[in-house]
Amino acid sequence: MRKLLACLLAALFLSLSAAVTAFAVPSSAPGEANIENVDYYRNNPYRGSTINVFNWGEYISDGGEGSLDVNRKFEELTGIKVNYTNFDSNEDLYAKLKSGGANYDLIVPSDYMIERLIDEDLLLELDYSNIPNFRYIDEKYKGLYYDPNDAYTVAYNVGYVALIYNKKLVKETPDSWAVLWDKQYEGQVLMFNNPRDAFAIAQSLLGLDYNDTDPARWAEAYDKLLEQKPIVRSYVMDEVYNIMESGAAAMAPYYVGDYFTMAENNDDLAVAFPKEGANIFVDAMCIPTTAKNKGAAELYINFMEEPEVALANAEYIAYATPNTEVLKMDSYTYKDDPTLYPDEALFENYQYFHNLPSETQSLMSNYWSDLKVDGSSNRSVYIGLIAYAAAVAVYGVYHFARRKHREKYYD
Amino acid sequence: MTRRKTSLLEKAYLTLFMILLYAPIVVLMVFSFNSSNSTSVMSGFSLKWYAELFRDGATIAAFRNTVVLAVVSAAFSTVFGLFSAIGINYTRSRWYKSSLLTTTNIPMMNPDIVTGISMMLLFVFAGTLMRRQGVLGFGTMLIAHITFQLPYVILNILPRFRAMDGYLTEAAQDLGCTPSQAFFKVTLPQIRPGVIAGAIMAFTLSLDDFVISYFVSGPEFQTLPIRIYSMTKKRVTPDMYALSTLIFLVMLLLLIALNVIQNRAENGGRGKSGKQVEP
Repeated sequence: MRKLLACLLAALFLSLSAAVTAFAVPSSAPGEANIENVDYYRNNPYRGSTINVFNWGEYISDGGEGSLDVNRKFEELTGIKVNYTNFDSNEDLYAKLKSGGANYDLIVPSDYMIERLIDEDLLLELDYSNIPNFRYIDEKYKGLYYDPNDAYTVAYNVGYVALIYNKKLVKETPDSWAVLWDKQYEGQVLMFNNPRDAFAIAQSLLGLDYNDTDPARWAEAYDKLLEQKPIVRSYVMDEVYNIMESGAAAMAPYYVGDYFTMAENNDDLAVAFPKEGANIFVDAMCIPTTAKNKGAAELYINFMEEPEVALANAEYIAYATPNTEVLKMDSYTYKDDPTLYPDEALFENYQYFHNLPSETQSLMSNYWSDLKVDGSSNRSVYIGLIAYAAAVAVYGVYHFARRKHREKYYD
Repeated sequence: MTRRKTSLLEKAYLTLFMILLYAPIVVLMVFSFNSSNSTSVMSGFSLKWYAELFRDGATIAAFRNTVVLAVVSAAFSTVFGLFSAIGINYTRSRWYKSSLLTTTNIPMMNPDIVTGISMMLLFVFAGTLMRRQGVLGFGTMLIAHITFQLPYVILNILPRFRAMDGYLTEAAQDLGCTPSQAFFKVTLPQIRPGVIAGAIMAFTLSLDDFVISYFVSGPEFQTLPIRIYSMTKKRVTPDMYALSTLIFLVMLLLLIALNVIQNRAENGGRGKSGKQVEP
């Protein structure tokens, strides 16, 4: 009987995983792309090899909801196997890369991390003759500060921070970050739950440079955030989707591309570009020094900038694409979308993050933890802990004394 | 009468407890049938996310990796654990025995993050010694998983030995069994429930481990928990709710099976002798 049960369980699991795998194969038909120079990919010298791609989670068109499965298509065309894994933050990526335990052929860090990786000699120079599609990249996103001579990177996605607000709850159209400090919205304001982005909002409002290393400037920004704290409902990252969709909060600074996901579930949401500017970031494809298959990785980069592929990615991720061919396509859902591609003039005050020196880095995170726990509530926690410890001690002493007393009594 | 009062209170407490425990899972299950991708607005019933799940190649691959890793590591750790348990059981010296047990328990008591980081350092260090780059992958994950599963397997098997009459094996050998025959015919059947329970436990531990896997995983092999974690830049897609629902149901089945096996094992000896008493 027990044997039977064990067999049954094993069979159940095996069949489940078999079913899952079996289902996965035939139902991948939707989302075909017609790549123009198919032969270029077919006749590559890397057939049969493998590349290890390390990208953000949910940052590629993966065949979901009828989209193109980019990695599968690449594998079919080129015969190169793609090991696709994900990371969650630039710092995670850095840690994995620096540990030396993993060989990645292609990574997609953000601007400031690229600056750091180049500084530490962790990236290889690209051979742009293998990436002809680099010509499609918008001039705006070439030669940026982290890679001024276009030697290491090919831009993948561009994003910016803007103010997402609920039209029903915010009467006027906000045009400044000052609205996040407005007392009438007490308890309805959301704020970034990561120090760099949160400080950037305060720095914009104060007209400061995000990459300033002067501690006095950071103190100023900290005071601004502290001033805002009483009216902030909560500091959030992905929770922002639920809170904004349900209408529980009036506004939140967040990444523009993610607004579209929220708007699908709540028509009252809108985007404003505050006049003080905000953060703009570029995630770009690079090849780390640990790469074992550089040529195939370059082929992959080229494939990602293939107009049809870039279109699929742009549709799926809904961030701004640096690929000019996609912008011309009529089938592109976000073509000339005023939210994703607003007027150039709006970007006048937008700033990139640079890699901060470690002192500034730790200054910022200290300020951040001070902000999150706050001086006064921190004290009450300590008082509570001390009171608790005292109560335990008193009880212990009392117990001990009573027992001694009893023992004496019985003796 | 006073008893009834307290039991009412107890019931209320239990209900509250159950709600706190299971409400999140119920919410997850309900929203896995949502027709939109929101987790706050329920817009209608649909099986869309289940269909979506089966189309999501990367997730399926991660799921397959997770199951493969869990099955293989559970198999290894069960065998190793069984050997260790036998060894520990037959150790005479009390001091030696308890220090052995403490040593094997370290991976269980150690915070996962410490185990994870130290394993990663070890693997990378060993890799440099062997002049190999990029050692992290399936192999390292397998070693790590076996390591943290071992104490659980041992702790599941050891009590079985204690419950077993040690002279039975000796009797079997007296009656002509070779030591290995005695083990397979007498000892193993007695401790089998513990072995199965240990294997199932090892399996489930491997399935949901994130912290250790996160540090020792490499570019070729990514498990489901790591994939879900990395989705937090964008939002976690609802097909994950569908997958979690499926996994939860399978886990529930496994747990029920585990309990049935354990109950049977506990009642096993007594039940049989009870039957014999009856005419």
